[in-house]
Amino acid sequence: MSKKTDENKDIPTTGHSWDGIEEYDNPMPRWWVWVFYATIVWGIGYSIAYPAWPGIKSATAGVLGFSTRANVAADIQAQEDKLGPINAKLEAADLTAIVDDAELNGFAVSSGAAVFKTWCAQCHGSGAAGAVGYPNLLDNDWLWGGDIENIYLTVKHGIRNEEDDDARYSQMTAFGDILEAEQIDEVVNFVMSLSGDPVDASKVEAGAVVYEENCAACHMEDGTGDQFQGAPNLADAIWLFGGDYDSIAQTVKYSRFGVMPAWQPRLSEAQIRAVSLYVHQLGGGE
Amino acid sequence: MVNYFKLIALGVVTLFAMMAANYARDLAYMIHAFIIMGVSFGLFVWSLRSFGTKVTAHDQTEYMDDVIRAGVIATSFWGVVGFLVGVVIAFQLAFPVLNFEWAQGYANFGRLRPLHTSAVIFAFGGNALIATSFYIVQRTSAARLWGGNLAWFVFWGYQLFIVLAATGYLLGGTQSKEYAEPEWYVDLWLTIVWVAYLAVFLGTIIKRKEPHIYVANWFFLSFIVTVAMLHVVNNLTIPVSIWGSKSVIVWAGVQDGMVQWWYGHNAVGFFLTAGFLGMMYYFIPKQAERPVFSYKLSIIHFWALIFLYIWAGPHHLHYTALPDWASTLGMVFSIILWMPSWGGMINGLMTLSGAWDKLRTDPVIRMMVISLGFYGMSTFEGPMMSIRAVNSLSHYTDWTIGHVHSGALGWNGMITFGALYFLVPVLWKRERLYSLSLVSWHFWLATIGIILYAASMWVTGIMEGLMWREVDANGFLVNSFADTVAAKFPMYVVRGLGGVMFLLGAIIMCYNLWMTVRKAPAKEASLTVAVPAE
Repeated sequence: MSKKTDENKDIPTTGHSWDGIEEYDNPMPRWWVWVFYATIVWGIGYSIAYPAWPGIKSATAGVLGFSTRANVAADIQAQEDKLGPINAKLEAADLTAIVDDAELNGFAVSSGAAVFKTWCAQCHGSGAAGAVGYPNLLDNDWLWGGDIENIYLTVKHGIRNEEDDDARYSQMTAFGDILEAEQIDEVVNFVMSLSGDPVDASKVEAGAVVYEENCAACHMEDGTGDQFQGAPNLADAIWLFGGDYDSIAQTVKYSRFGVMPAWQPRLSEAQIRAVSLYVHQLGGGE
Repeated sequence: MVNYFKLIALGVVTLFAMMAANYARDLAYMIHAFIIMGVSFGLFVWSLRSFGTKVTAHDQTEYMDDVIRAGVIATSFWGVVGFLVGVVIAFQLAFPVLNFEWAQGYANFGRLRPLHTSAVIFAFGGNALIATSFYIVQRTSAARLWGGNLAWFVFWGYQLFIVLAATGYLLGGTQSKEYAEPEWYVDLWLTIVWVAYLAVFLGTIIKRKEPHIYVANWFFLSFIVTVAMLHVVNNLTIPVSIWGSKSVIVWAGVQDGMVQWWYGHNAVGFFLTAGFLGMMYYFIPKQAERPVFSYKLSIIHFWALIFLYIWAGPHHLHYTALPDWASTLGMVFSIILWMPSWGGMINGLMTLSGAWDKLRTDPVIRMMVISLGFYGMSTFEGPMMSIRAVNSLSHYTDWTIGHVHSGALGWNGMITFGALYFLVPVLWKRERLYSLSLVSWHFWLATIGIILYAASMWVTGIMEGLMWREVDANGFLVNSFADTVAAKFPMYVVRGLGGVMFLLGAIIMCYNLWMTVRKAPAKEASLTVAVPAE
């Protein structure tokens, strides 16, 4: 036994020394040992109570009958039982009349808000203000119609997608190969003049002719667009893909093709109705 | 004769790497082929030039310290690199605009994140473990490292692994397994290096002149052996082509998930816990100049720790496709693991009894003590977070990130800094460190940095968990995911600042160590000669 003169002098070391390091032969702290034992005892008890020990084909089920799968199924069932009647009412109601039923409408809007935050916010933003290429749903500028029935159709079937035959579809012509560079320059200036200042005012007049011949059929003579074919209003200073010269020139040359998925198989009828009503009441619903 | 084989092998590898660069199917593989070609060609030329020169025999009674000096430098270097990348990605999360358009595909968050984790765990932590284990096994065995230049192979081979891994992440060569991202050929290389590491370590223990194996070496050995097993099983992949980096893992579905977290959790358990406990068991008694508190405790907590840790992985997969029984067992073993983990902390802290006054005067021991404090805290937090009910709140949130960092920065970082402050004066034969007040600066910057980090992540983690589960009277979710991201912004900035402080501390340390080597008074001592202690 090596010796150390200090307050631990009653405690012997193990007698080994490595590079000057010795070890006391202290007992393990009692509290440490007892807490260790307690966790072991608890562990045995817990693994009897809950599914734990694996066998060849299955594992012990635990005396409490705990199962995360059963729990989540029960949670879903409870939610469905609770909301089943009002969801059924929502599905059966006349879409345009729901807004007059304060209770049903209130439920639909709070349900729709949850659906929107889960499924729609990724593109349209959690506040529904949209982004470049993804429409703002707060204003009253609608590409395919802003009344409740049109919003419902858009949510249910989507826009320009391949998965749903009822998705509304249209495609702008790419004018890059059809018009001369100069004509594109002119028509862009004209389009800009509809809602503000063109880059070059001298080209607006010539642009009006190009517009009349190539664009007015869909976007209308006054540029207010046509919701029946999803042709945007060009005169309201609201731009889905940008209203500066370069963005508009890009649109004219190459066209645009915004796609929205169909939500029909993914969301229930009640959820589709709820989120349509939610979007409708955000401020721009017609 | 051996030299001829060496030359032939290096020539063949160079040629093969040339072909590989030519046939490469992807950029990461091609760059790696060029790196390997350069390294093997350089070694070929070097071997050729030194061919036939007489190898100077080393004095077998002298410790092999130059490889440890290299390890100390590598540890400091990779530490600063890893912390710096951590700071960058912390601010990328707070300010997404820092994912610059011109750097997309190379330096965006997704590419830099594995670079950060691997740099701190494997480059900084791994080099620290290799260097300290080589130092400790020699001193406590009173024997020179076994295997001659094999130790140098381990060192340089490991650096090559780090370079291949790091460049691979930036270039997109990853198998997408957390903490096991390197692709198949990098894994194979690490396996070779690791076996050599085991051979050097075990060989030194076998030829030891001390009658018993010191406790630190049990921990190091368990770390080396278990990491080898984990690495091999989790990286069983089949390459799509020998000329490409892509490979397909042999495990499928939830089994792959389970193997991954069996690996992932034990990377924490054996790399970051057992290995660093080995470090602790040498440097704390050494710096405190006190005997280890209890031999019995060290035996019991060692065996309990390594037996229990290996089963705790399933707690990473609560509420997933993993069967409930596996989830329960993971949780039960995690909780029983609490006391065995604390055994190391108790043994370390109680070793200081009778020497607590040193905390006032010695900032190095202060660093080691606070590392044990963070160790104790995170090994309590871990079992708590493994409880299914707690996990349902904490999982997928920043709480996990905070937990990992209080362990990694607090425990692994601080004990490594303490070890570096101990080692540099000894290895470079200096009387003392250049400046103790700079050590104090490092200590306080790092400690406050960690506290800012951990506290901000607790706040965002719990907030996030509560926001995700918040439902209204009808049972509908109240918040969108983007709402929770927006709400975390202030805490993300605080976390970034904590990281900056920790990085600053590490830079101060590097300066201090550099000045110690350059300016501190020299010491004539016999610390480098192998003499059994008894």
